[in-house]
Amino acid sequence: MNPAVMTAPNETLVYARPQSLADCYTHYCPGCTHGTAHRLVAEVLDELGLRERTILVASVGCSVFAYNYFNVDACEAPHGRAPAMATGIKRVNPNNIVFTYQGDGDLASIGMGEVIHAAARGENITIIFLNNATYGMTGGQMAPTTLPGQKTSSSPQGRDVAMTGYPLHMAELLGSLPGTAYSVRRSLHDARHVIQAKKAIRTAFEVQMANKGFSVVELLSSCPTNWGMTPEQSLTWIKEQMVPVYPLGDFKV
Amino acid sequence: MAKGRVVIDVERCKGCELCRPACPQDVLFLADDLNSKGYRPVILLDPNHDCTGCALCATVCPDGCITVYREIPAKKAVREPALA
Ligand SMILES: Cc1ncc(C[n+]2csc(CCOP(=O)(O)OP(=O)(O)O)c2C)c(N)n1
Ligand code: SF4
Ligand code: SF4
Ligand code: SF4
Repeated sequence: MNPAVMTAPNETLVYARPQSLADCYTHYCPGCTHGTAHRLVAEVLDELGLRERTILVASVGCSVFAYNYFNVDACEAPHGRAPAMATGIKRVNPNNIVFTYQGDGDLASIGMGEVIHAAARGENITIIFLNNATYGMTGGQMAPTTLPGQKTSSSPQGRDVAMTGYPLHMAELLGSLPGTAYSVRRSLHDARHVIQAKKAIRTAFEVQMANKGFSVVELLSSCPTNWGMTPEQSLTWIKEQMVPVYPLGDFKV
Repeated sequence: MAKGRVVIDVERCKGCELCRPACPQDVLFLADDLNSKGYRPVILLDPNHDCTGCALCATVCPDGCITVYREIPAKKAVREPALA
């Protein structure tokens, strides 16, 4: 239990930092909702009593140090390969709960092959997929998920779909495969949506506990630093710009 | 309405201010001083005891800095010994 938690006799504890979240400080920029996603995953692992038997496969991107931020066993996959590594770990240790945590550059660009085939094989793993419409770690370049017209460091005039194509809708795409048991998209832009995101993350882990197959939760997430916005403006941008392109919903349940 | 209070881990806080617009009672403010990382943390300033313990601030905090408590209504608290 967090030593900072001191409940007076006339009070109840309503919210405290989850135990599955490590006590260290994270390197995420102020207001980056990578942190929110970490917290939600940790709350779900606490609530489902999974902390002692969960294995995280971290990816490459801003969340590369995720293995330091959760109080669970973890390993680090090469860029895009987390679903392949998670496949091996889960097949050898079917009683463990195995999840990957991947950004949109990692999952939808270099790692497209791995995630599609893991879903096609119906691997009993959970994917937490953070879509912030950019390559955050490397300086905000265009990702496959960048919105049409969105300015990034490698598309300074805005993404030109005639030259670079259209955004990829991963939750829909993965949801269309028979091996996928659960594929939904949620957003982290306000308290109501954060609560809905947490419910989806919980369901995804429950799907894995019930051996139903591949589960993925796509989370619309902010990158205030590379979007050149304040944290609050970034959440408004998710709501007004990202949600219309990436509709929230259940694509396989 | 229920009364509550929050404790903010000011050393962990990055001063992103996302908790402030999330708070319906408007009792979260930026501190005057910086923490050791150089961020200006958010603190609870609640002279009229308006915080309801709704935990919306904690729900949106990306860094898990906020612990939330809610008071047990006074009636409930006194009823127990009276019944015993
Ligand atoms: C094999 C390889 N190619 C390229 C890179 C450079 N690289 C590091 S992170 C990254 C993209 C990360 O973007 P994303 O997955 O969206 O995560 P974010 O940082 O936005 O959270 C790239 C291309 C690398 N580390 N390894
Ligand atoms: S660069 Fe963007 S995604 Fe990476 S930690 Fe900073 S705000 Fe978050
Ligand atoms: S618990 Fe609710 S009322 Fe109290 S500070 Fe947080 S958001 Fe505001
Ligand atoms: S949301 Fe969290 S990190 Fe951001 S200012 Fe509030 S307490 Fe600090």
